[in-house]
Amino acid sequence: MNFEEHTAKSLILGPAGIPIPRGILVATATDAKIAAADIGPCVVKAQVPTGKRGKAGGIRKADNAADAEIAAQAILGMSIDGYVVEKVLVEERADIAREFYAAVLTDFAAGGQLVLFSTDGGMDIEEVAAQRPDAVRRRPVDIDEGFGDSEARAMLAGLDLGDAEKAIAAVLRSLYTIYRERDAELIEINPLARLNDGRIVALDCKFTLDDSAVFRQTDLAGAGAREKLTALERRGAESGLKFIELDGNVGVLANGAGLTMTTMDVISHFGGRPANFLEIGGEAYTKSEIALGLVLSGARVKSLVINFCGAFARTDVMAEGVVKAWEKLKPQVPVFFSIHGTGEDAAVKLVRERLGIEPFDFMEDAVKAAVEAAR
Amino acid sequence: MIIFRRQHRVLVQGITGKQGTFWTEKMIDCGTNVVAGVNPKRAGDIHVGVPVFASAGQAMAHVPCDVAVMFIPPSMAKDAAIDAIEAGVKLLVCLTEHIPAQDVMAMHLAARRKGARIVGPNTAGLVTPGEGFVGIMPGHNPNVFRPGSVGVISRSGSLGTLVALNLTRAGIGQSAFIGIGGDPMIGTTTRDALQALDEDERTTAVVIVGEIGGSMEEKAAEYAAGMRKPVVAFIAGRASPPGKKMGHAGAIVTGNAGSYTSKRTALEAAGVIVVETPCEIPDAVSGRLTGLASAERHGPVGDAARALG
Repeated sequence: MNFEEHTAKSLILGPAGIPIPRGILVATATDAKIAAADIGPCVVKAQVPTGKRGKAGGIRKADNAADAEIAAQAILGMSIDGYVVEKVLVEERADIAREFYAAVLTDFAAGGQLVLFSTDGGMDIEEVAAQRPDAVRRRPVDIDEGFGDSEARAMLAGLDLGDAEKAIAAVLRSLYTIYRERDAELIEINPLARLNDGRIVALDCKFTLDDSAVFRQTDLAGAGAREKLTALERRGAESGLKFIELDGNVGVLANGAGLTMTTMDVISHFGGRPANFLEIGGEAYTKSEIALGLVLSGARVKSLVINFCGAFARTDVMAEGVVKAWEKLKPQVPVFFSIHGTGEDAAVKLVRERLGIEPFDFMEDAVKAAVEAAR
Repeated sequence: MIIFRRQHRVLVQGITGKQGTFWTEKMIDCGTNVVAGVNPKRAGDIHVGVPVFASAGQAMAHVPCDVAVMFIPPSMAKDAAIDAIEAGVKLLVCLTEHIPAQDVMAMHLAARRKGARIVGPNTAGLVTPGEGFVGIMPGHNPNVFRPGSVGVISRSGSLGTLVALNLTRAGIGQSAFIGIGGDPMIGTTTRDALQALDEDERTTAVVIVGEIGGSMEEKAAEYAAGMRKPVVAFIAGRASPPGKKMGHAGAIVTGNAGSYTSKRTALEAAGVIVVETPCEIPDAVSGRLTGLASAERHGPVGDAARALG
């Protein structure tokens, strides 16, 4: 779960004691003007959960209230990386001397945690990391080891940070504490700025909460950024189903991520194009009724493959859900079944007797028939 | 110790729950030696014929166990895993999906310290046809699994089931099924499982059922390059759009790393046959085994067999 800048700053960085600029969140240009009148010279920043705001023109400086109003007018309603800007943060303008980069994240490849720091912070950090890997320091941390002052100092050694080193070390330690206590997948400050008056301030913040840990971060659960979903995908998400709309016309309903991806692969192998990804694996196998409704709601869907292979998921339970939904939805497109594994005999019987459809022996044949029917 | 064996004594954590009960019965029917169960609130009970203890530690004090299998919700998974590891279980099969990442790291660290192996998280389990199974696979279904000599490694339970079924229908039995799990941070990798099957005397060929994301298939390819036993692979996710999480958090593709092409290229360079759809697996396996057999009759095994690939 991603968080917008203002939420990450006010809910995460602020309470952790990491200095942030004074800012006011507004939804109209008029309110931006009022906020700027209070704050003075400021930066007006689009609040969308994506890293491309600056380059897209979603961040503008304003010298006074009138400027801030004009800036907010330009930014509000803008579409950045698929997100429409509905709010801007009017933030006190920082007098920047130097920009750093600091982050703590889960390194899935190594199965551990990683603290990152660079003296080359700012908009181009990704290019810096790609072109000059040495410019980003990386320190793996064991989960029971922790990251204290000596680790932070060791990480910053030789970077010639002068009197800023102590404050930056404190920020790194706080970031690590946030990472642990708030179940972050990523907590990143870019830029972490040294101001001309010597203060160290977090000018931007990206926070990603581990989706699997939402149950124990209940105060953050409702504060996440909206996701870029279509109306149907949102309906799926609300029912706890992972549903992704694609641009093809062969609908897919399968159980388990591996089998669902494979069904899509086989569709494309036979020259067709999948209309969606939808899997009802794991505990979701009982939701086949809702799932069928979702798949059939896709405007482009011309045929449908239902591919069940039960390990944990019981195909008889999934088939029952499909049959129930079928009687309500009365599918207008041809549907092709392949059913194997746990509960197979009962499931095949159900589909045969209640729907009058004979499941295919091989999923490849079911998919092939669906691809041909969609042409 | 990755391949499940009949003599393994199994502890079921969360044995009294709905899934724990259902699958323990299936495991026992299949020949698995389930010797103890855990539920702190039901200690002292006998459930589906198995004595229930308050913790893995308590259970192990009464009856030694080699393998623990977890039917435990995500919020309690870390404590249950560490309980089993500290109690001295050597192999922990973690079925749970959606365990917080930092809990998973703590589980792996505890296992490393104690010299225990974790299979999973988010695995469907281990099946050894003719001997038994641990987990949530249809190991008891003779239409899906049949004893034989082909080892199967799969990240996915449903797709792994389909592959086993296809082999069985083609008359090819399996020496072992190793479900390694769909999570991004798992205790037993494709390479670990491949090595175990390579060293297993009863296995003559291996099928890898991979997925896009991560670099496990690429690392397994490095090992496969030095193997004599034939290896066939299917990689799911070729048609998946890049950058989207396809259910498994591990299957996220960024740039070229973890892409279908990267995996296929690495595997093929190592002499592995990569097939386009799951139904092509049985033919590829029997083709390689036949080739190998005739090569053995006619001359030096390694080179000839490799030349066939």
